[in-house]
Amino acid sequence: MSSNVITIPGIQIEAMPWVDEFHQWLTTVDHKRLGILYILSALLFLVIGGIEAIIIRIQLIHSHNNFVSPEVFNRMFTMHGTTMIFFVAMPILFGFANYLVPLMIGARDMAFPRLNAFSFWLSFFGALLLYFSFLGGSGLYGAGNAPDAGWWAYAPLGARAFSPGHSFDYWTLSLLVSGFGSMGTGINIIATVLCMRCPGMKLSRMPLFAWLNLVMAGMVLLVISPLTAAQIMLLIDRYLGGHFFDTQAGGSAVLWMHFFWIFGHPEVYVLVIPAFAFLSEIIPVFSRKPIFGYPVMVAATVSIGFVSMSVWAHHMFTVGMNSYANSFFAITTMAVGVPTGIKIFNWIGTMWGGRIQFKVAMLFCIAFLFQFLIAGLTGIMQAAVPFDWQLSLSYFVVAHFHYVIVGGILFALFGAFYYWYPKMTGRMLSERLGKWHFWLFFIGFHLTFDVMHIPGLLGMPRRIYTYEPGRGWDTLNLIVSIGAFIQAIAILIFVANLIISYFKGAPAGNDPWDAWTLEWSVSSPPPAYNFATIPTVASRRPLWDQKHPEDPDSRYE
Amino acid sequence: MSGATVSFHNTAVPWQLPSRGKVAMASLIFAESAIFTIFVVAYLFYVGKSLTGPTPREVLEVPIFFTVCLLSSSLTIHLASKFLARGKQSGFLALWLLTIVLGGLFLYGTGQEWHRLIYEHGLTISTNLFGTTYYSLVGLHAFHVTAGLVMLLMVAIFGIAGRVGVSQSERIEVLSMYWHFVDAVWVVVFTVVYVLGR
Amino acid sequence: MRTKSSASRFLVQTILLLFWSATGVWASAPGDPTPNATNIFAPASTPAKSIAHLSVFVLVITGIIFAIVFALIVYCLVKFRERTTDAGREPAQVYGSTQIELAWTIIPILIVVVLFLASARVIHAIQDAPEPPGALEVTVIGHQYWWEFRYPKLGIVTANELHIPVNEPGHPTPTFLQLLSADTDHSFWVPEIEGKTDLVPNHPNRMWMDPQRTGIFLGQCAQYCGIQHAKMLLRVSVDGPEDFAAWVHAQQQPAVEDATAAAGRRVFERNACMNCHTITGTAANGRFGPDLTHLMSRATIAAGAAQNTRDNLRLWVKDPSAIKHGSLMPAMQLSDADLDAVVSYMETLR
Repeated sequence: MSSNVITIPGIQIEAMPWVDEFHQWLTTVDHKRLGILYILSALLFLVIGGIEAIIIRIQLIHSHNNFVSPEVFNRMFTMHGTTMIFFVAMPILFGFANYLVPLMIGARDMAFPRLNAFSFWLSFFGALLLYFSFLGGSGLYGAGNAPDAGWWAYAPLGARAFSPGHSFDYWTLSLLVSGFGSMGTGINIIATVLCMRCPGMKLSRMPLFAWLNLVMAGMVLLVISPLTAAQIMLLIDRYLGGHFFDTQAGGSAVLWMHFFWIFGHPEVYVLVIPAFAFLSEIIPVFSRKPIFGYPVMVAATVSIGFVSMSVWAHHMFTVGMNSYANSFFAITTMAVGVPTGIKIFNWIGTMWGGRIQFKVAMLFCIAFLFQFLIAGLTGIMQAAVPFDWQLSLSYFVVAHFHYVIVGGILFALFGAFYYWYPKMTGRMLSERLGKWHFWLFFIGFHLTFDVMHIPGLLGMPRRIYTYEPGRGWDTLNLIVSIGAFIQAIAILIFVANLIISYFKGAPAGNDPWDAWTLEWSVSSPPPAYNFATIPTVASRRPLWDQKHPEDPDSRYE
Repeated sequence: MSGATVSFHNTAVPWQLPSRGKVAMASLIFAESAIFTIFVVAYLFYVGKSLTGPTPREVLEVPIFFTVCLLSSSLTIHLASKFLARGKQSGFLALWLLTIVLGGLFLYGTGQEWHRLIYEHGLTISTNLFGTTYYSLVGLHAFHVTAGLVMLLMVAIFGIAGRVGVSQSERIEVLSMYWHFVDAVWVVVFTVVYVLGR
Repeated sequence: MRTKSSASRFLVQTILLLFWSATGVWASAPGDPTPNATNIFAPASTPAKSIAHLSVFVLVITGIIFAIVFALIVYCLVKFRERTTDAGREPAQVYGSTQIELAWTIIPILIVVVLFLASARVIHAIQDAPEPPGALEVTVIGHQYWWEFRYPKLGIVTANELHIPVNEPGHPTPTFLQLLSADTDHSFWVPEIEGKTDLVPNHPNRMWMDPQRTGIFLGQCAQYCGIQHAKMLLRVSVDGPEDFAAWVHAQQQPAVEDATAAAGRRVFERNACMNCHTITGTAANGRFGPDLTHLMSRATIAAGAAQNTRDNLRLWVKDPSAIKHGSLMPAMQLSDADLDAVVSYMETLR
C-alpha cells in the first residue's frame, strides 16, 4: 500500500544545515511541529515540576525536618501545582490534540495555523514568566522570589498587604498570558473539528478523540475566562487600589474562591477528557474491537461537560455555605460520577469479548482503569459533604487528586506516547524499556499515593512545611517519599526510552498497531501536507473498511 | 491500493461545512461572554455593599444619547455589510465610517462621564466597592469597544484605498459579529449598572 | 439514627473500630507521650460521630462498587487476553447494547440518590442544629499564626489553648464557636471533635461541638494562611465540670501581681510589648498579639510551636524567628538583663 505520500523519482533531498532546521522549528505553523513543541516543552516542565515535588517529599520525610526553610517549601508547592497544571498537563494535551486532530479528520492542518503558533508561544512565554520569578520576584527587599500563596492564591493572601513584592504578580501574569494561548487553542480546535472534516466524515463518524477534544475545547473557552476575569480583578486590587477581594473594604474572600473554582473544577475535566480520548482510541485497537457504545460515549462526555460546570463549590464545603448550598453541590458532584462511570463501563465493554494485546500502551491504559476507578470513588467519598468536612484540606485530598492526575491522566499520557510515538517519529519505542518504565512507575505510584490517603484520615493537613512527631504521620510520610523516588527513576527511564528509540528504535511503518483511524493511513512521520489526496470516509473506522472490504463498518452504522 | 479510503457512493450531496471565520468568532464571543459574566456577577454581588462613598443613585446619570449611538452603530454596520455583499462599495464605506463615528461618540461619552465622576464626585476605582466594580465593568466594555474601533479603522483605511470588495464580504461579516457582540454586552452592562444597580 | 436497629448500630461500630485500629495502628509512635491521636475514626463528639458513621456507610458502598468493578476488569483481562491460537483473526465486532447501557446508568443513579440522602440528613443535623440555652459560646479569631479565644459571656480572653466542658449524658453542655478572622483565611480542625470549618475574614462562621470524653485533643490550622501555617497548632482541653469551673474562675481574675517581678513588669511596659499584648489589671491592652494575662496556664507557646518553659520563653522573646521564622512578632532587641527580668515577670502570669 502506498503511504499516501507524493514522491518525485530522481530528486535528492539533502539534509538542512542545523541553523535552518532550527529556524524552521522556531517559525513553524505546521500543526505536527507545534504539537511536538508543546509536548517537548511540557516534558521539560514535567521534569522541573517533578524536582519541586522531590524537594517537597524530602522535606516531609520525617517530622521537624530542616531540608528547606518554610519560605522555600511554600514556594515549592505553589510552583509545583501551578507548573504541573498549566505548563505540563494543559500543553501536553494540547500538543497531542494539535498533532492528531487534523490527521484523524482528514485535514491538512488546523483551521488557523498562525493562531496555533501564537498560542504555543504565548503558553511557553507564560511558563518562562512564571520561572523568571525566581530571579526577578524580589520587588521589595526580602519579600519576593517565586510565588508562595498556593496555586489557588486564596484572597486575601494574594492582596498587596499579605503578598508584597512581585512574586505574586508573576503568578498572575504568567497565567493570564498562557490563558490567552489556551483560548486560542480552544478556538482553533473547535473551528478545525467543525469546519475542516474530510468528505463523508459527519460528526457521527468522527473518531472519539476528535469528539472529546471538541468538548474539551468548548470547556476551555468557558472555563479559562473566569480565571482571566478573576486575575484581572486581582491585578486591579493590587495595582489600582481596587477592592474586589479586599475584606477590609467590604469585599469578599469567598467571591475569589467561587471565581477560582468555577475555573478550577471544570479545568480538571479539561485535563481528563483528553485522557479519556486517548483511552477511547487505544483500548479498541488493543482489544481488536470497536469502542463499545460510541453514541453513549459522546453523550456521556457532553453531559460531563455540562454537569461539571455546576459542581465547583465542592472545593468550598468547609467555607461556611449554608446547608442548602452544600446539599446542592453534593448532589451535582455525585451526579457527575454517573456519566464518568458509564465511560469506565464502556471501556470494559470494549475489552469484553476481545483479544487483548498487552503492549506497553495498553498496560498503561489498563492501569488507568483501576486507578481512575479508585480516584472516582474517593471523589464520591468527598462528595458526601460531612465526610468532606474531615477530608477537605488534608492529605486525603492531595492523594485523591494526584490519583486522578498522575494515576489517571499521566498514565493515559504514557499510553498515548507509546501508541503515537511511532507515528510522530517513524520509530517504535522499546517495549523492554517500556515495561521497566511501567512497572517501576506503577509500584512507585501506588506506594506514594495509596499510602498518602492515610495521613489525611489521621488529621494531617496539606501545605505544611513540617509536622509534629507523635501524630502517627512519620512512617507513612517516609513510605510516600520513597515511592516518589521510585517514580522519578521510572520517569528517567521513560526519557531515556524517548531518546534512545529516536535513534535506534525499530522502523515503524505506517500502521504498526493494525489500527483503524486515518492517521495510520499516512507515512510515519506524515509528510508536511498530511494527505496527498484528501480522503473520503464512509464509517467511523475507515481503515477497517479498507482492510475488511467484505465486512465494512459502513454496513452496520 | 492508494491511501484514499472507500469512496463515498453518494456524491450528489455536496460536502458543506460551516465557515471557519464565523465559527472562530462565535467561539471567541462565547469566551468573552464568560469573562463579562464574571464581572457582571461581581458587580451585582457588591450592589449596596460599599462601606463608604458615593452610591450609584447619587452620582450616575443614565447615558441615553450615547447608548443610542452605540446601538444604532449595530444597525449601520449591518447595513454596511449588506451593501458590500451586493457590491455597493460606496454605500458600504459611508455606512462603515458612520459606524466608526457612532462608536467613537460612545467612547467620548464614556470618557466624559468618567471625567465628571472623578472630578466632580471623587469616585475612582479605589474609592469603594461601587467604584471598583463600576470602572472595571464599564472599562472592560470600553476596552472591547476600542479594540473593535481599531479593527474597524483598519478596514476603513483599506476601504478608502478601494481594496474592500465583494470577496471580502465574508470577513466583514465576521468582524461585524464582533461589533454586534460589543453592543449586546452594552445592553447587559447598561441594564445592570444604570437600571438594576441603582 | 434514633431508629437504627441495635444490629446495624453494632455493625457500624464494629466497622468504625476496624477503621480506627487500621489507621490508629500508625497513630502512636513508640515512646511518645501524645495525649491523643488526630484520627477521624476516633470521634469524641456528636458531630464527629455523625460524620464517622456516614463515612463508614460511604466507605462500605464505595468499597463494594470497587470490588465488583475490580473483579470485572480482572476477569475480562484474564478471559479475553490474546492467545497464540488467535493469530490474525479478529473477534466479533460488537458496537454496543442499549440494555446494558441503561442498566449501568440506572444503577449508579440509584446509588447516587441513596448516598445523597444519607449525606443531606447529616448536613442538616450538623449545620442547622439550634443552639440550646446555656450552651457555652466562644468566639474564635484566627490570626497569622495563632488563635484568639474569647468567651464573651464569661469575660475571658485567652489564646491557642481552648478549654471546654465535657458533655455528660443527660446533661448536655455543648460549645458553640463563632469563627472570625483578623487577616487571611484559616481553618479550625480538631479531627476527633469536629469536621473543620474555615475562618474567613468578613464572613463569620459557626460550628458546635459536644465532646463526650475528657482529655486533650489536638488539631491545627488547615487552610494555608502564610509562611507559618504549619505551626498554627490547636490544643483543646475538654474538662470535667469542676475542672472547667476552676479554669474559668482562674481565667477571670486579673493578672497576678507579684512584687518580686516588678523589674520585669517595667521592662514589659517600657518596651512596646503592651502595644500588642493585653495583661488585664495593667496598662497593657494591645490586641495584635495573644492575651498574656494567664500565660503560664498554657502548656505551649507560639501556638504550639514550643513547650512553655523558661528557656523557650526566653528564646521566643529574644528572637521569635528562632522558634517560628516568619512570625509577626518582632525581636525586641532586649539586653540579657532585661530579657531575664521580663521572662521572670511572665512566669508570674499564672
